[in-house]
Amino acid sequence: MSEKLNFEVPTMAQMMARGEEPEILFWVGCAGSYDERAQKITRDICKILHHVGIKYAVLGTEESCTGDPAKRAGNEFLFQMQAMANIELLNGYNIKKIVTGCPHCFNTIKNEYPGLGGSYEVIHHTQLIQQLIDEGKLKAEGGESFKGRRITYHDPCYLGRGNGVYEAPRKALEILDAQLLEMKRCKSGGLCCGAGGAQMFKEPEKGHKDINIERIEEALELQPAVIAAGCPFCMTMLRDGVKLKDQEQNVQVLDIAEITVKANGL
Amino acid sequence: MAQILFIVLTVSAVALFSYNLRKIIRNIRLGRPANRSDQPQKRFATMLRVAFGQSKMFFRPVPALLHLFVYAGFIIINIEVLEIMIDGIFGTHRVFAGLGGFYNFLIGAFELLALSVWLGCAVFLIRRNIIRLKRFSGTEMTSWPKSDANAILITEILLMTAFLTMNAADAKLQSMGAGHYITAGAFPVSQFLLPLMPGSESALVLIERGCWWFHIIGILAFLNYLPYSKHLHIIAAFPNTYFSNLEPKGEFTNMKSVTNEVKAMLDPAYTPEETQPGRFGAKDVNDLSWVNLMNAYSCTECGRCTSVCPANITGKLLSPRKIMMDTRDRMEQVGRNIDKTGKGFEDGRSLLDDHISREEIWACTSCNACVQACPVNIDPLAIITELRRYAVMEESQSPASISAMLGNIENNGAPWKYSPADRFNWAGEN
Repeated sequence: MSEKLNFEVPTMAQMMARGEEPEILFWVGCAGSYDERAQKITRDICKILHHVGIKYAVLGTEESCTGDPAKRAGNEFLFQMQAMANIELLNGYNIKKIVTGCPHCFNTIKNEYPGLGGSYEVIHHTQLIQQLIDEGKLKAEGGESFKGRRITYHDPCYLGRGNGVYEAPRKALEILDAQLLEMKRCKSGGLCCGAGGAQMFKEPEKGHKDINIERIEEALELQPAVIAAGCPFCMTMLRDGVKLKDQEQNVQVLDIAEITVKANGL
Repeated sequence: MAQILFIVLTVSAVALFSYNLRKIIRNIRLGRPANRSDQPQKRFATMLRVAFGQSKMFFRPVPALLHLFVYAGFIIINIEVLEIMIDGIFGTHRVFAGLGGFYNFLIGAFELLALSVWLGCAVFLIRRNIIRLKRFSGTEMTSWPKSDANAILITEILLMTAFLTMNAADAKLQSMGAGHYITAGAFPVSQFLLPLMPGSESALVLIERGCWWFHIIGILAFLNYLPYSKHLHIIAAFPNTYFSNLEPKGEFTNMKSVTNEVKAMLDPAYTPEETQPGRFGAKDVNDLSWVNLMNAYSCTECGRCTSVCPANITGKLLSPRKIMMDTRDRMEQVGRNIDKTGKGFEDGRSLLDDHISREEIWACTSCNACVQACPVNIDPLAIITELRRYAVMEESQSPASISAMLGNIENNGAPWKYSPADRFNWAGEN
């Protein structure tokens, strides 16, 4: 299982040139494009799409920030500038369905783009994985076994409370036959990793603790082998937490897509 | 004579209450328009479920149950207040007694409810003053909010005590066959107070009448305390849930005024839609929407929001409850200014900076935990967002790293300083 993709990732520009349309557009997001750790998750999402044979494409270098961090930070101008440019691009490609690798992109495109002229069916990659499992196209065989391992899932705010998606990521884990553990603060009561609302891009205000430490302490109480995530920002915060607690040897922080790829040996 | 006194008291109490309620409505109308008239059926269902049905309270079962005692008592004992009103106006005594067995059932049920209200309030007082639950403290919980809470609980205990004592005296008078004290009602709780009752008829009548007047005057006084108190939530919870946000919590409003400017910038031929003039975002309460302002009047300062706020949990200044209390305080200040000097008066103060600091608004992760936790669907995040919008768009003031992030999006289409040309490199990398 080499990290490198043994297939080419199709771009919208290529598809258009061939006169084809994809079934689904994979919106990668900025973290998924540039952040080294998140890039690996991006490739894993492509591996899943490729494996099940869905006709998909990415925007490649044409993609741009959804405007989410600008909007949460209060810069509505910049948000709408980004949104309108993206909508023009998406509508130009006649996009109907989008899967995102990031709950923030998911929330923004799904909820905030329609009012600006961009209406698409938008799902998060954990929802796609759940659908593929339900359809029998994805299983948990042929790869690493998670059987009996202690796994806890951290709800990203913009997937969970923000949009009510609690079950899809859990369904994607249930198939592993692992020991799924819930933190005390989970689902609608889940605790933020500390990165939302543009906090990812700044130092926290003065306090007695960092939010990701508060969260990781709660997760570590369960003595998990894996902390499952569904958001590149949560991934950064949780990994930093595990590092600071010196638990890297015992606990892995993995995205649901990575777990799926490992379990299927893709 | 007693009837006239009763009528005068009741009419003036209701008049004073309506006067103060109108002021509250005027203050709420200081806010900007927001359309919350869509989907009336869904709104009504939300109100029934969340306000009437208390659904969100049950995330914490113990206080939910205690609150249910007090709430059910409050709602149902109002039927008894109806009888008190009729008796007071027409000089009758236990006018509904003709209902016979059903009346006995009602009075019996009221007594049990009164006891549950009594016990619920007593436990609430213990939680606040003896156990001192953390949720009821914090920077915003100064002496007024604390005494407000205690005043409400003690008043309710006194009202219920008066109601039960009145019944005990009445029951004893009934058993003595005194005057107009016809045999009516069942007294499952107040029967235990009988041994405490004096033997003489005149003393019993004095106690019975005294408690009757204390109870009804207490209720009228309590009604007029509501506009000054956090206890206003018993009324405001209903419109507040009816008009609450039905969209996904992650969705922030798209500002029409900005859409106009952005569209005009991209297309010079664009004719802007009509929007109201004013600043971008909110500096003061009249920049907020009426929904934000109604939210502030609906807050009963329970602190569920603050107790789940990741920023507050980790020791930051931000407390969503404080955001709501500050908004109400400032709104009432603006209201008093209008009372004194008419509309348009500027006192040189504003919600941002004079009440809510920059440090507070920038500590928010927009995680929606506070919105989720609120039992009456208050949205502190909406206010924080408006304050940020003002700071960023009107003043260009944000933490330096946020400004850098915004600059990156503007220049590279990503919040980090990477070249757009490298955006697709992930596909070819090892």
